[in-house]
Amino acid sequence: MSEAASMDHPQDADDREVVIEVRDLVTHYGPREILHSISLEVYAGETLVIMGGSGSGKTTLLNTLLGLVRPTSGYVRLLGQDLNAIDGVERTRLRQKMGVAFQGGALFTSMNVLQNIMLPLREHTKLDDTTMQIMARLKMEVVNLSGFDDLMPAELSGGMIKRAAFARAIVMDPRVLFCDEPSAGLDPVVASAIDDLIIDLRDAMGMSIVVVTHELDSAFKIADRICVLDQGNILMAGTVEEVKASDNERIQNLLNRRTEEEILDPDEYLRRLTAAKD
Amino acid sequence: MTDRVLDTLERVGRAAIAGVAEVGFGAVLLVQSVVWTLLGSKRAQPVRLSMIFERCMEVGIAAIPIVTLMSITIGMMLAIQGIYTLATFGAEQQVTIGVGISVVREFGPLITGILIAGRTGSSLAARIGTMRINQEVDALEVMGVDPVRFLVTPALIAMLIMVPVLTFWADLVMLAGAGWYISVELGMSMGAYVDNLTEIIVVDDVLHGLGKSVLFGLLITLVGVINGALVEGGAEGVGRMTTRSVVLAISAIIVTDMIFAFITTR
Repeated sequence: MSEAASMDHPQDADDREVVIEVRDLVTHYGPREILHSISLEVYAGETLVIMGGSGSGKTTLLNTLLGLVRPTSGYVRLLGQDLNAIDGVERTRLRQKMGVAFQGGALFTSMNVLQNIMLPLREHTKLDDTTMQIMARLKMEVVNLSGFDDLMPAELSGGMIKRAAFARAIVMDPRVLFCDEPSAGLDPVVASAIDDLIIDLRDAMGMSIVVVTHELDSAFKIADRICVLDQGNILMAGTVEEVKASDNERIQNLLNRRTEEEILDPDEYLRRLTAAKD
Repeated sequence: MTDRVLDTLERVGRAAIAGVAEVGFGAVLLVQSVVWTLLGSKRAQPVRLSMIFERCMEVGIAAIPIVTLMSITIGMMLAIQGIYTLATFGAEQQVTIGVGISVVREFGPLITGILIAGRTGSSLAARIGTMRINQEVDALEVMGVDPVRFLVTPALIAMLIMVPVLTFWADLVMLAGAGWYISVELGMSMGAYVDNLTEIIVVDDVLHGLGKSVLFGLLITLVGVINGALVEGGAEGVGRMTTRSVVLAISAIIVTDMIFAFITTR
C-alpha cells in the first residue's frame, strides 16, 4: 500500500498542476467489476504510462478516462471538469483540449490523410480551408509525415497510420494527449521512432501525455512515471527506477515477462493436458 | 421438461426485450437527428449541407442506373402479365388501368424501397459497423463530434429526400416501359396510352406512393444504423449485421406497405 500511496504524493509534484484527477473509480462491464476503486493523478507536462498485461483493465481505464465508458462510482476530472457531469457545448469544449491516438489509428477510411487531420479543425473552428491545410501540414511535419496528404488510410503502413493518428490528435493543440498502445504491432525501429515522437511532443509542446501500453521497453523509455495495473487494481505507481526496483512479485513477473502458466503447479498442468483428451 | 419450457420462455423473453430495446434505440436516433437538424448550429455542431449533398449523390444519383433498369423491366413485366390475364376476357385494352394504378400506388415505391434497402441500407450498416470496430466512432466521440450528428443525420435527410425522388423516377420509367410493350403488342399509340393514364391516375394515387416512400426511407436508414451500431466481433459481425439489416429493412418495408395501404384505403 505504501507504494500505491506514493501515487498521491509523488516527489516534487506538490506544486505542479493536476491535469487529470481520478478518485475511487469503479467500472463494471455488465455484472463484472473491472476496475476496483482506482485513484491516480496526472500532472502537467509529464508522461504517465499505464502498464499492465492483457486483462489488467488498462483499456477499460483508458476508455473511462476518455469518457467512453461511464464509471459506476468515483470520478475522472480532466482539467478540473468531470466529463460525465457536463454536456452540450461545455463537453465539446473540454473534448477539444484532449487528443487521442487510438491503437489502430481509427483514421476515417473514406478520407485521405490531410482530410483526416483537418477534421477536428473543420468541425470546431471557422478557419478557411487554406489556413486549416497549413495547420494540418504543420502537424504532419511534426510527426514526420509531410508529403503524404493525398494518401488514403488503406495505403499507409502501420507506422504511418500511427503518425497520422498522432497528427490528428494534436492538431487542436490539446493539453492532454492519450495514446493507446502506440508501439503495438510495429517493428522495433519504427516503434522506437514513435517513442521518440512521444518524448518530443512532451518536451516541445508541453503536453501531458497518458500512454497505455504493455511494451516494457517503450514504457521505460518514455515514462516520467509508471502506473502498474493488475486485475483492476493499481499495484504501484512511481518513477521508472522505483518500478524496476520494486520487490512486488506480480510486478517482477510482469517485468520479467513470466506468464501465469509458469507459476502454475506442474501437476495441475499435466492434469489439464490429459483431461483435454477426453 | 419444465426446464426446457422455462429455457424457451427465457429465450423468448430476452429476444422480446432486445427487440423493444432496438425499437427504442431507433426512436432515440430519430429524435436526436431532428434535434441536431434544428438546433445543431446553436450547439456549435451544425449538420453540414455538404455532407447531406454527398449522401444524396451516393443514395440517389448513383442508384439511378439500377433503378431505371429494374423499373423498365418491371413495367414491361406488368404489361405482359396484364395483357395475358385480360385476354381471358378479351379486355386487353383495359391493361392501362391495372398498370397505371398499380405502378404509382405499389410497384414504384415498393421496388425502389427494396432496391435501396439492398443498396443503401446494407452499406449504412456495414459502414457504421466497420467504423465502430475500427474505433472511428470512438474517435469522433473523443473529438467532440457527435456521431449521430455526423453520421446518421445527413444519411437520414438524404434518404428522406432521395427515396421519394427515386420513386417518382421509377414510376415514370415503369409506366414508359409498360407503355412501350403495350404499344408494340396492342398497337396502341403512345399518345393514346398517355391520355389513358392521365385519365386514370389521380394526384392522390401518386401522393399515396410517394408518402409510403418517405416512410420506407426512414425505415431503411434507422434499420441500417441500428444494425451497424450493434455490430460486435469483427468482420464476421459486420457481415451478419449487414445481412440482418437488409432482411429486416425489406420485411419492415413490406409490412409497412400493407398497413399503409389498409389505413389509407378505408
